[in-house]
Amino acid sequence: MQYLLMIYRSEAELGHMTADDRRKMTAEYGAFTQSVIQSGHFKAGDGLQPTTTATTVRVRDGKTLTTDGPFAETREQLGGYYLVEAKDLDTALAIAARIPGAKTGSIEVRPIMIYN
Amino acid sequence: MLKMTPTEVEIIFRDEAGRALATLIRLVGDFDLAEDALQDAVAVALERWPGGDLPSNPRAWLVNVGRNKAIDRVRRNIAFRGRQQQLTHELLLNALPSADATDTVLDDDMLRLIFTCCHPSFAEEVQVALTLRTVCGLTTAQVARAFLASEEAMAQRLLRAKQKIRLAGIPYEVPEREALEPRLRGVLAVIYLVFTEGYAATSGEDLMRPDLAREAIRLARLIDALMPGRGEIKGLLALMLLHDSRRAGRETAGGDIVLLEEQDRSLWDFRQIAEGVRLVEEALRMPGRPQSYAVQAAIAALHARAPNYKDTDWPQIAGLYEVLLRISPSPVIELNHAAVVSMVDGPARALALIEALEARGGLKGYELLPAVRADLLRRLGRHDAAREAYLAATAATQLEPLRRLYARRIAEMR
Repeated sequence: MQYLLMIYRSEAELGHMTADDRRKMTAEYGAFTQSVIQSGHFKAGDGLQPTTTATTVRVRDGKTLTTDGPFAETREQLGGYYLVEAKDLDTALAIAARIPGAKTGSIEVRPIMIYN
Repeated sequence: MLKMTPTEVEIIFRDEAGRALATLIRLVGDFDLAEDALQDAVAVALERWPGGDLPSNPRAWLVNVGRNKAIDRVRRNIAFRGRQQQLTHELLLNALPSADATDTVLDDDMLRLIFTCCHPSFAEEVQVALTLRTVCGLTTAQVARAFLASEEAMAQRLLRAKQKIRLAGIPYEVPEREALEPRLRGVLAVIYLVFTEGYAATSGEDLMRPDLAREAIRLARLIDALMPGRGEIKGLLALMLLHDSRRAGRETAGGDIVLLEEQDRSLWDFRQIAEGVRLVEEALRMPGRPQSYAVQAAIAALHARAPNYKDTDWPQIAGLYEVLLRISPSPVIELNHAAVVSMVDGPARALALIEALEARGGLKGYELLPAVRADLLRRLGRHDAAREAYLAATAATQLEPLRRLYARRIAEMR
């Protein structure tokens, strides 16, 4: 099965990080990404620009409405994701727990829908 | 051949259907299909067994007939049409009866079922509901009653949970190595939740729901047999047996609460107490640190063996609460500890402990806090403050027998 691991963390807290902490975090993500590539679980993964860069689009009655900002204002924001291949939920949860962001933010794990 | 009454057949179903379901789920790989197939098999059994046609191994019989019924259903069901050939093939391959009917394999399946129902990706009350429905074999209506929910809402909830098992890929496995301990703790927590709701309901007319307490004990016995030699399981089983042994003494015929100090101890179930005490001793002898359930059971054992309330070994109970506070600290245990301290050092010292606990912000909203306070104030003769605390306790509970108990206390102080 494939699972999307969505990394939520507080952008406000991220803004208060020191340069040193940032370097450390980048290194941790680099090591984690390498390890899931090597174990064969990695399908895709990216970081996202902050929600200040987000635009939300809705079409209602044929009209396109564009709003500045994310879909919902929450305490933690979606900051990146990994798409992984895992044999079951327990394996996916174990991978999610190893994402560096799990220590300060939250990882939402969602199975990818299969069409057949 | 054996003639059986419908009740005897029902008892066999209660014991065997859960295990047969556990194996069918593994064989057919689908909760709903397995449940439907087992129901078909049970219908056949209900027709044949009471007439004297009882198979020598009812569990294996249910599995085999259930497997055939599942194959029938797959062949008939349009929803499976796309994968019909593959599924039927797998079913036939999977279900070689001779290799599968051994008790060890069936036991492993039962554990798989328990661990799947208690998977941490479900909310705790969903874990409880799934376990009661699937492992204990309660009907959806019975599970709904346990949660004071409508049957329709409960059916929806169970349906969503079973969908999640399939769609999210929750494995049908007993977790391995380092994952096992935390998951087993989760399973035991679910069993204890079922028990506590049966021991003292959170709301409603009745203090106790003995059926839920019995289910919890049955589950703990089952898991103790499946995973032998584990102190935390034996401790939990002992704890529940000892608490439950006082059942007949804990309420009047009219449904009023009888507190421990006023209970007629000759009404207690002494066979159950003996079994509980034996299990506590076994649990405490296990290597490693003492487990929380075993220490709680040791406390319950001291109560159960005391000749009366006054001559209970309060200092030892207080000491055991101090052990508990070290191994699994919680405000609720601090409150219980304080209540016991009142029996050793007097109510004034206990009240000081509780006030310190409140000042630290623990127990905010815990509904038994005002009740314990009220009792201490009453014993100190501070009746005005006690009355106020009893009124707060009355407002905090939704359980009618507790409300009546507090009203009685207020009346006694006049």
